[in-house]
Amino acid sequence: MRICAEATEAELERAFADCGGVPDAEDVRAPEAGLVMLRGRIGGDGGPFNVGEATVTRAVVRLPDGALGYSYLLGRSARRARLAAIVDALGQDAGWRERLDAVLVAPVTARREAELAERREQAAATRVNFFTLVRGED
Amino acid sequence: MYVAVKGGEAAIEAAHNLLAHERRGDPALPEITAAQIREQLSLAVNRVMCEGSLYDPDLAALAIKQARGDLIEAIFLARAYRTTLPRFGYAEPADTGAMHIRRRISATYKDLPGGQVLGPTFDYTHRLLDPALAEAGSAPTPERAAAAESEASPHVTALLNHEGLIESNRPHDPAAPVCDVTRGALAFPAGRDLRLQALARGDEGFLLALGYSTQRGYGRTHPFAGEIRMGEVEISFVPEELGFEVPLGEVRLTECEMVNQFAGSADAPPQFTRGYGLVFGHSERKAMSMALVDRALRTAEFGEEVVAPAQDAEFVLSHADNVQATGFVEHLKLPHYVDFQAELALLRQLRAEWEADRAAPPARHAEAAE
Repeated sequence: MRICAEATEAELERAFADCGGVPDAEDVRAPEAGLVMLRGRIGGDGGPFNVGEATVTRAVVRLPDGALGYSYLLGRSARRARLAAIVDALGQDAGWRERLDAVLVAPVTARREAELAERREQAAATRVNFFTLVRGED
Repeated sequence: MYVAVKGGEAAIEAAHNLLAHERRGDPALPEITAAQIREQLSLAVNRVMCEGSLYDPDLAALAIKQARGDLIEAIFLARAYRTTLPRFGYAEPADTGAMHIRRRISATYKDLPGGQVLGPTFDYTHRLLDPALAEAGSAPTPERAAAAESEASPHVTALLNHEGLIESNRPHDPAAPVCDVTRGALAFPAGRDLRLQALARGDEGFLLALGYSTQRGYGRTHPFAGEIRMGEVEISFVPEELGFEVPLGEVRLTECEMVNQFAGSADAPPQFTRGYGLVFGHSERKAMSMALVDRALRTAEFGEEVVAPAQDAEFVLSHADNVQATGFVEHLKLPHYVDFQAELALLRQLRAEWEADRAAPPARHAEAAE
């Protein structure tokens, strides 16, 4: 489920294209958009408070072998939520898990790590060292 | 009082068509897309998400386009949209300590673990208009510098906490309910959880002015920006049917911790106090204003006297919501013909009585004279 939270819709589509198409799955709950209330902590580490809502799309699918797959993802993409639920269901099968590692987990993790490194390095270039000036009063 | 009116359908439809025409502007110029707004007017998008209380950059961008750039109208659209969606539940509280930091500064410590990172900021710019931006061009490639993969960036207040020089956040009861202003009316006295939610969705301009008023002496709190940080935080959620945490993805947040002057008593030594701000997106001015007002609203908690508007929770929270405010102010534009006729009749009656009084001999005075 973690990898699906990080994968884009295009990455999910590509992963399934690499496996010969999206496997058959029955919609137990068709993709549905809704809201989740996001929370912070008072002072950063105190009790929780509500900050505001975010759009979230969820889906539940069943594979022909009976395996259920769930997804809950930020945003409103029905297609992405359905593909993510299929990934979740397939992940319960050892053979599929291995295939998904190669076609989805590896490329998404590599892309994500490169992006995080880029962000980190761009931020690091703006790291500042201020000097406090000694006033000339002596 | 507003009394319903009928009719006007054709004129209203024509007005809305004219609005759509005006929205498009000069057809010789390319139409702006919501994606362009999302990417290139991202701080406006952030404000709409924050005050619309709905994290969805695409929807916020669309709302800005539809509202012709009127951000309060866009916020209204975002709030209206959210009422059409079911609520799946409440996320786990975001761990801002684990933020992927894009910007993090402290005005209290020069050298702090994790360092000061300016990130993309307007600070230290000269505020001179750049004519080069009037034409399309390419943005410079950002510099990059080596960075440790996982450098801890503890909250600055934690540093003061080690010495016991700042108040600790109260331990909380995990079973205690968390107030939600979207599920019930504001009630007073309002707990800090409810106040922070109302401030997080409150109008930036209103909170800015109130925060400023505390700096100018109307409820002074002697603040320092202990820390401001902005970046991505992962959100997780426990769906009822699963019973375990699932990651939903990342959101960008801005957090501000104000360090304010002391409180102490016979029992407790003097300590710095705190104000807190946490908002959607990169919204630094809003996060800072929120932290100033949060601290001001804690006045009674520290045994200080409530003397200024920013310290009055009922005043602040009842007027911070710009959708409510604009609704009540702008409803004055709607037809009030019946109401006004009633006022006119009343005024005519008062005038008639006044004139009759003046014309008649002053009976009471006459009696007194006798």
